[in-house]
Amino acid sequence: MAEEATVAHGTLVLLIEPARLLEVVRTLKDTLGFDMFLDVTAVDWPERNPRFDVVWHFYSTRQHVRVRIKARVPERDPTVDSLIGLYGSARYMERECHDMYGIVFRGNDDLRPILLYEGFEGHPLRKDYPKQKEQPLVPYRASEARK
Amino acid sequence: MTAGSSERRPSAAFEYLTTRKDEFVGWARKFSLFPYPFVTACCAMEFMSVSSTLYDTDRFGAALPRFTPRQSDLLMVVGTVTHKQAPILLKVYEQMCEPKWVIAFGVCATSGGFYQNYAALPGIDKIIPVDLYIPGCPPRPEMVIDGIMKLQDRIAGDRHAIINEKF
Repeated sequence: MAEEATVAHGTLVLLIEPARLLEVVRTLKDTLGFDMFLDVTAVDWPERNPRFDVVWHFYSTRQHVRVRIKARVPERDPTVDSLIGLYGSARYMERECHDMYGIVFRGNDDLRPILLYEGFEGHPLRKDYPKQKEQPLVPYRASEARK
Repeated sequence: MTAGSSERRPSAAFEYLTTRKDEFVGWARKFSLFPYPFVTACCAMEFMSVSSTLYDTDRFGAALPRFTPRQSDLLMVVGTVTHKQAPILLKVYEQMCEPKWVIAFGVCATSGGFYQNYAALPGIDKIIPVDLYIPGCPPRPEMVIDGIMKLQDRIAGDRHAIINEKF
């Protein structure tokens, strides 16, 4: 199922096709006993095409082992399937990943900002987000008044 | 009350004193600071330390935290304020009655500290006026006490416009 399997820091890492995500995760959950969804995040490789790695971690509470899944998605369509059908907690972690990296989770109907706020433009953990850029909710006082 | 005591007799040496109004009001106000702790982050630990037994800001008349801004006159912003939280801070400040003072407790409230990013407000003085900045990450309790005393000196030296031609 995996394109590539490596071991990093004692954890099995599987690189998969985004289209096979649900199939792989279902096998991990039902057959291999990875019953706990730890997190989903992304890695931005600005120079690379496809630009993003989406990374999931799972844990088996019986075997006490973790596994990491990676899938590559392009910038123009950073979409992967949502895991909320398999793990309920995915609903919130996918919202955070959408906040920070703009990854779209097909099937998650609630991708409102969870850590950011309504009206925030852009995705702050992408490498091309200017690190000094501010989007204040309260207008700043005039600088003369601050003295 | 016993019979015959209606005549009021002096009971101590000082029945009256004369002073300037501003000095008197300033003295009263500087020892009755009611802080509202707007505590958001790790500086809270230092705030607990400075306000409880060992350092005891009660000695300076600034101990009793009021957990409603409407009953307090000293806003202590303790910790990092994010852009998402800035509207709440502004609302708290606007609910406080005059006279009111603001302390930026710690480097994050002062300038954002090392959070120069999309999330953090780079200093609460961007949205509300601040009277006193206490740097440090977190500040030592001695620095906080020194800051409170400096603020008290300022209050004591201020004009307190409570009486005007209408009253």
